[in-house]
Order: sequence, then C-alpha cells, then structure tokens
Amino acid sequence: MSDKQGFMKALKCRECGREVPLTATHVCEFDFGPLEVAYDYELIKKSLTREVICSRPQTMWRYRELLPIAGEPTVGRQVGYTPLVKADRLAKALGIRELWVKNDAVNYPTLSFKDRVVSVALSRSVELGFKTVACASTGNLANSVAANAAAAGLDAYVFIPSDLELGKVVNSLVYGANVISIKGHYDEVNRLCAEIAGKYGWAFVNVNMRPYYAEGSKSMGFEIAEQSGWRVPEHTVVPMASGSLLTKIHKAYQEFTKLGLVPESKWKVHGAQATGCSPISVAQKAGLDFFKPVKPNTIAKSLAIGTPADGFYALKVMKETGGHGDDVSDDEIRDGIRLLAENEGIFAETAGGVTVGVAKKLIASGKIPAGSSAVLCITGNGLKTLEAMTGHVGSTREIRPSLREFEAVMAQDKPELVAR
Amino acid sequence: MISISIPPTLRRFCGDQSTVDVSPGTVATAVGELHDRFNGIRDRLLDSGGSIRGSVLIFVNQEDIRFLQGQETPLKEGDEVSIIPAFAGG
Repeated sequence: MSDKQGFMKALKCRECGREVPLTATHVCEFDFGPLEVAYDYELIKKSLTREVICSRPQTMWRYRELLPIAGEPTVGRQVGYTPLVKADRLAKALGIRELWVKNDAVNYPTLSFKDRVVSVALSRSVELGFKTVACASTGNLANSVAANAAAAGLDAYVFIPSDLELGKVVNSLVYGANVISIKGHYDEVNRLCAEIAGKYGWAFVNVNMRPYYAEGSKSMGFEIAEQSGWRVPEHTVVPMASGSLLTKIHKAYQEFTKLGLVPESKWKVHGAQATGCSPISVAQKAGLDFFKPVKPNTIAKSLAIGTPADGFYALKVMKETGGHGDDVSDDEIRDGIRLLAENEGIFAETAGGVTVGVAKKLIASGKIPAGSSAVLCITGNGLKTLEAMTGHVGSTREIRPSLREFEAVMAQDKPELVAR
Repeated sequence: MISISIPPTLRRFCGDQSTVDVSPGTVATAVGELHDRFNGIRDRLLDSGGSIRGSVLIFVNQEDIRFLQGQETPLKEGDEVSIIPAFAGG
C-alpha cells in the first residue's frame, strides 16, 4: 500500500481479474468488463472495529476504510446515517411479523441515496485533480451532483432525459449546474454521455468514475447492519435500475461479515422493478442468468434503465442468496407509495412505491415468509415525483372561512360530531 | 463508408483513432474488418463463443443492435455505428 491509496489496492476487472491503477477509468480494456475497487482487507481489519465506528460522527463516512478514497472525504461529509424505521403498521398491512424501512428519502442534502455515491465520486474526483464533474441521470443523481458540486466549488454538467419530473429538473437548476436535457430516454442519455466522457476528460460520476461511485452504495448496507444491532437482516428488498445498489448492499453485508463486525448468517436480497421496465426481474423469474434489454415505459422514471449495466451481477446475487425478483404495475406503484405514506408517514418517490409493492407481492406469495423480518430500502423522496401521485390521492375540499360551511363538510364525514 | 465510433478504452487497439471507417455489410463483417486492420480487437468485443460480450453495447444509428438483427444487422453507406460499455445507474 502507498499512502496515496489509503485502503485501496487497485481497480480490478470483475470478469478477468486483471488489475489496473486507481485512475478515472471504468472498463477493462481486455474484455470490456466493469472495473471494481480492490481493498486491503487485512489492513482494514486492523483499523476498523465496532468501537471505532461508534466513536465517529453519524454519517456514512464512519465506515471510511471501506469507501474508495485515498485521504479524508472532502465532499459530502454529512451524508448518510439515515433512519432505520421500525414499521409496525406497514408490517401489519403487508402481513409480516417485522418490517423496517431504511429511509434514504431524507438523506442529506438532496433527499435520495444518490448523495452516498456522489460524495464518494466527487471526493475521489477532487483527489484525482478534476475541476468539472458530470453525470448521466434519471434525476436524483443530477440533483446530487449539482448540489454537492456547488458546495465543493466544482463545475457541473448534468445530462437528463427531457421527460423528467419538474421537481427533479428545478432541483438541479437551482444549484447553478449546467443542465442538458436530451430528447430521449435514459439509455440514450447514457449512450451520449459515454461518448462525451471519452472526449471532454471530465469526471463523469457514473461513467469513468463508476468504480468509486458505485462503492458509495455500500454505506446503505453498512448502516442497515449496524442499525439492526450489528447483524444482517434476513430479508432486504432493494429497487433495481442498473442493479448496482442491490449488488453493493450484498457486498456491504459480505464485507462486514468478513471483517467480523457482524456474525456469520444467511441473508436474502430481493430485487424490485417496475413492470414497465423489468429486464432483471423478468429474467430472475424465468431462472435466467442473462436479461433481454427493454424500452422503458413506467412512472418509476428513476428506475427506467432498459439496459442495466449490473443486471447480470444483480441476478447472480439474487441466485446466490436465494432472493427473488418481481415487478409491479404503475397502479401498484401508487398503491405502494400510499401504503408507506398512510402507515408510516413516509412519502417516497415512485421507486419506493416499487419496493413496497414488490415486498407486498413477495410476502403474499410466501417468498418472504410471514414469520420473518425484512428491511425495505427507500431510496428517494416523494416530493420530487409529485406528478405520479397528482390526481391519485384525493383532493382538497375548499370552503369559505365560515363555521357553517365547515359543518356542512363534517355533516358528511362525522355527523355525530356536528349534532352535539 | 460506414463510420464506427471507437470508445476510449479501445482506441489503443485502433491506432488511437476515435472513429474508423469500414465498408458496408453487416455488424459482423464490420467487426471482422476492424479485426483484420487492428489485430486483437475482435477478442475485446466478442466472447469465446463468438457472441458480443454482455458488457459491450453496439448501436447502429442510435439503435441498440439487440433491438435490430444483432450481428446480422445490415450496414449501408452513411450508417453510424457506436461501440460503448454497458450503462450504469443514475
């Protein structure tokens, strides 16, 4: 290990195992396989204990040794450590003994789990000397890159599909980022960004910075394990877009187990998609280890990736852990959002509706047994996707400021109170 | 001619060019022609069974060839081909 690399050893190809230096690159030039950060676990084991973690501030950086930066974090130092909420009312509604909600809808600063990956990607970008950061995004990532780049004094270019929800567009523009709206779906945005990244030499967080960026997702898994009382939950339900988050939560559980921070146990990781963009869950249900790309058509725009880069690896994790994939329709997504809101007071974005909807299906079918305990990963905030729920949550009843008019309303709702 | 856009990862194998022109035919003949001119590139794009690697995406005029005719997708004069790695989330 050199001092400049921290606890990282190299970038390693997930296909052929070849190692390359820790630069801004994401693909193995021998077989196009994705590169992943390799760590010095022996060194980490000497440094990272439960006591050390507990002595640190309550942010994702309390697991700093397992995150891929060489020095100390410089961007997003307050990110993470979101609540793990015991969801008793939702558990009853879904028919399961015990349910927990990992609530990244309140992640700091932009209300989605993307702040985790962005704080890692931008801290590493600063280490590598970049001044301009960029991303291809379905919305949440754009918000997070824009905000964190602003706070770090970096220039930001964010690329989004032109049909995004207004909340996600304004939430990128407000930070002064350059927002480029592409007439096409996310896969087309991503294809363009792959070409732009090759030409402009910026730190594209989910292109050439992807090996570092993706590791940030592990912090959600570390927190779940710590907040569950230093153990891995039996069942974790994770929404899938590219499939990366699911694989990284599994990796987090593996790393904590390997380091002796949690006892050895068996866990299942389940993947949730929207039926309108379900290449991974369809393949899982068919027992395949490869997927067929699709053209997305769903209200869950943050999950609308028809050609998921980590789809193959997500399928592998589900198979290895005995987890299941499933998908839900747009109406079931809205029902899922309502269930979470009405039972737990948590307003999730459409991806959260997907997670709740799929959890409901998996519990109903016994794939997650009624007597077990499960964690649902909620990754984004409902205030950003208001369009999805507008017209589906009832409507206000407008009256003049008159007691008589209010009592006319109450006469319909609770006549026994009016009569008193 | 047909213009093939080469990703940064592969440029080292293609004389550091960002685009390479090939003759009309199919995606398969284009990959063959690339291989003839730049030894070794076929193994970067195809697995040992001759299928395009899962981590490689090929587009003809902005359309993924898996939605067209795969390696048999025809290439005619003026078509644009892009080779890029699979997409990460966002």
